[in-house]
Amino acid sequence: MSTIVTLPDQQTASLPKRSYLNEEYGLKSWLLTGDHKRIAILYLISITFFFFIGGAMAGLIRLELLTPPTDLMAADTYNKLFTMHGIIMVFLFLVPSVPATIGNFLIPIMVGAKDLAFPKINLLSWYLYVVGGILVLAALTLGGVDTGWTFTTPLSTHYLNTHVITAGLAIFVAGFSSIFTGLNFIVTVHRMRAPGMTWFRLPLFVWSHYAASILMVLGTPVLAITLVLVILERVMGIGVFDPAKGGDPLLFQHLFWFYSHPAVYIMILPGMGVISEVISTFSRKRVFGYTAVAFSSVAIAVFGFFVWAHHMFIMGVSNYSALVFSLLTMLVAVPSAIKIFNWAATLYKGSITFETPMLYAFGFMGLFTIGGLTGVFLGSMGMDIHLTETYFIVAHFHFVMVGGMLMAFLAGIHFWWPKMTGRMYPEGLSKLAALTTFIGFNLTFFPQFILGYLGMPRRYAAYPPEFQVLNVLSTAGATVLGVGYLLPMLYLVWSLKYGKIAGANPWQATGLEWQIQSPPLTENFVETPVVDYEAYDYEWLANKTKHEVQTVG
Amino acid sequence: MDSQAIATHPEQEHAEHPPYLRHHFATVEQQKETSTFGMWLFLLTEIMFFGGLFTAYLIYRNWYYPAFVAGSHQLSIVLGATNTAVLICSSFTMAMAVYSSEMRWRKALVGWLLATIVLGSVFLGIKAVEYHEKWEKHHVPGLNFSAAGFMHEDPNYPEDKPLPRDMAEKTQVYFSLYFAMTGMHALHMVIGVSILIILVIRAWGGAYTQGHMTTIENFGLYWHFVDIVWIFLFPLLYLISRHQ
Amino acid sequence: MSELTEKEILDTEPTHHAEHIVSPIVYLVIFGALMFFTALTVAASYAELGPFNVVVALAIACIKAVLVILFFMHVKYSSRLTKLTVAAGFFTFLVLITMSMTDYISRAWGMW
Repeated sequence: MSTIVTLPDQQTASLPKRSYLNEEYGLKSWLLTGDHKRIAILYLISITFFFFIGGAMAGLIRLELLTPPTDLMAADTYNKLFTMHGIIMVFLFLVPSVPATIGNFLIPIMVGAKDLAFPKINLLSWYLYVVGGILVLAALTLGGVDTGWTFTTPLSTHYLNTHVITAGLAIFVAGFSSIFTGLNFIVTVHRMRAPGMTWFRLPLFVWSHYAASILMVLGTPVLAITLVLVILERVMGIGVFDPAKGGDPLLFQHLFWFYSHPAVYIMILPGMGVISEVISTFSRKRVFGYTAVAFSSVAIAVFGFFVWAHHMFIMGVSNYSALVFSLLTMLVAVPSAIKIFNWAATLYKGSITFETPMLYAFGFMGLFTIGGLTGVFLGSMGMDIHLTETYFIVAHFHFVMVGGMLMAFLAGIHFWWPKMTGRMYPEGLSKLAALTTFIGFNLTFFPQFILGYLGMPRRYAAYPPEFQVLNVLSTAGATVLGVGYLLPMLYLVWSLKYGKIAGANPWQATGLEWQIQSPPLTENFVETPVVDYEAYDYEWLANKTKHEVQTVG
Repeated sequence: MDSQAIATHPEQEHAEHPPYLRHHFATVEQQKETSTFGMWLFLLTEIMFFGGLFTAYLIYRNWYYPAFVAGSHQLSIVLGATNTAVLICSSFTMAMAVYSSEMRWRKALVGWLLATIVLGSVFLGIKAVEYHEKWEKHHVPGLNFSAAGFMHEDPNYPEDKPLPRDMAEKTQVYFSLYFAMTGMHALHMVIGVSILIILVIRAWGGAYTQGHMTTIENFGLYWHFVDIVWIFLFPLLYLISRHQ
Repeated sequence: MSELTEKEILDTEPTHHAEHIVSPIVYLVIFGALMFFTALTVAASYAELGPFNVVVALAIACIKAVLVILFFMHVKYSSRLTKLTVAAGFFTFLVLITMSMTDYISRAWGMW
């Protein structure tokens, strides 16, 4: 199979003498760093840790669901498991996954800057994330929360004695981590671009992160105040969501979903940014319809604020309001679809090669399309009434988040691994892992569409025996999926010591990050770049004389 | 929209490299505009943060208007209006502090910042008095709330008709919002005053009168924002239907 | 650089803003206006205007807020980007309120 990978001669190649990794040594130099690249690595380690925990919980959930009765654990325990799985995966993994790791690492380089606008706030972001994570672990060890990650009132405020307050505080803190990251990105993209780097020369990765950052900054504070109100309600009984005192439990849901719907776009947009980069590189072709993709990212961000009540169709919102939100939901699918079409058009007549990032990108395109389409089904109120709170919803969001976002994250990690570490991962093993993940994913979650359609409710530890076969298939798939996720953890760590030296641009990709050494210097650029070519300009790349990337030392 | 990126001029940076210029910025101008923009984005998050509370207020005021009227009449217009005036004065003193920093007048800056601290503290003091009064009257939701007072004739408020029991109980919703909104606002004031104390100390040492005004300007933005929140809280909480 | 109009400068550099130190006279005038509107809003609350009481109160509050934003917070002298940012914030807040209201104005249940 052909490949575009071009590595330096392994006999003579070595890592650069000076890079952000060996600039300074010692724990303090990492824990007090302002370097966006080091902070990205800190985030990578932390989110992987929490992914493990969330994943373990998923394993336990699937194990319980092997058999119809509630036999592995008490029903209350099961409730705690899916709640913590949701909280950890959404707030501690998916939301920061691409932005805080790959975004933090690359955005300054992609715009041609030495660092993000506010390096200290970047570090603060990470510490807030860690504190939020510790609070989640505290909630876990103290006995867990069982409200579901959606904290629906009045269940969460009046009917449960679990650690809602701790979990609420945890998410409050983690939310500010997200806000500060988004703030940093917006300011950096507006103010720190290198000379000649106009908005429309930026890689689409940056556009996606810009759009996601707008959502982070404007949406997350509403979640923050909602959690404050829930905590006040639990601690002082103020009655703002309590029907007995005149409150409206639905108000909680309006405020909660006002953030949590844009949150799903916060989660997916950065992944879409990764896919733009990967598909372009491995088709050797500029992204089709750059402007359309760029504006679609922003359109998703803007429209994403108008549709939140489609999570509340059966909760008691008025029919008229549900109608409005349903109509708008149809609209918000359009920009996402535009992106998929544009990526497909990019592939058309491109020189496609099948390196691992591209495999994950293909997986993304197929699985996200299915997940997105099922989202449109759910946006239609008539369908939603039957499908909501069933496994159809579970399958839908796992298709977009795991089949979509997690694959995009893995695509990005593999694509930029050589840049971040200077080393290549083992290609054969990584392809195997990608394939395993894809098969495992489909086996796990496709049966859940059927289960949901047949009526199996979500968040139940027990189910009628006629659903068992599909559940067993799903659990089997989860095992395969687990292997697919374990493999990268192992071989990526292995590659740190034994991987081939990658050189500055193993993928022959365009973009400022590929014009500097791997791993980059702390200050990124030896001198400020001046940009006079468009994004994805493969001709420029081919025509320019073999440019010695200035490797220091 | 093909605007040029802000040109950075590395050649000039040696000429003007004051100690407060961070290394990832090319010019002081870029640093200043960046940090101000960052501050504005933070204020956007504050708008949305308070926005959730205003949404709740809007809904419940529509649902329980008589209870809101009765609850609002329990607040002192004199204290509320005084507090509004105090905050407007403090916004003025803060704006003058920014001016002093821009004009590099160290002592004037310190003076205006101290004035802002004093006014902010006066506001908080009056708020404390009001909160205490609420506690005395059993109007603190969840802790010692009693709707009894609203179900009977009150000689202090002769124009207020007594409310039927179920509407009287809704006054707790009003007071919940009162405490949540003014409490959150007061918390922001406390944080503001604390930061002001730090700024005053550093301003005395000359930190903000040697060309680096950005910190004072950005804090001014925060302070004015907190004032704007109160500008909305005052009529919405204190001035409901005072003609009744 | 040749003579560019202010508009041309803003078109090419949206973050450009006038290097402008606002004079204390402006601050004093705005301060006076804010005090005046405060007195006005208190007085208006004693007038019997029916449903317009809240309209008047909010209108006055908005005027005061706009004065603070434009002059105390220097937005009048700030770049287009700053103005757009402020607008975006208020727009999102309005979306939260109005779209939540689509639910609450069209149902009667829940008014306990």
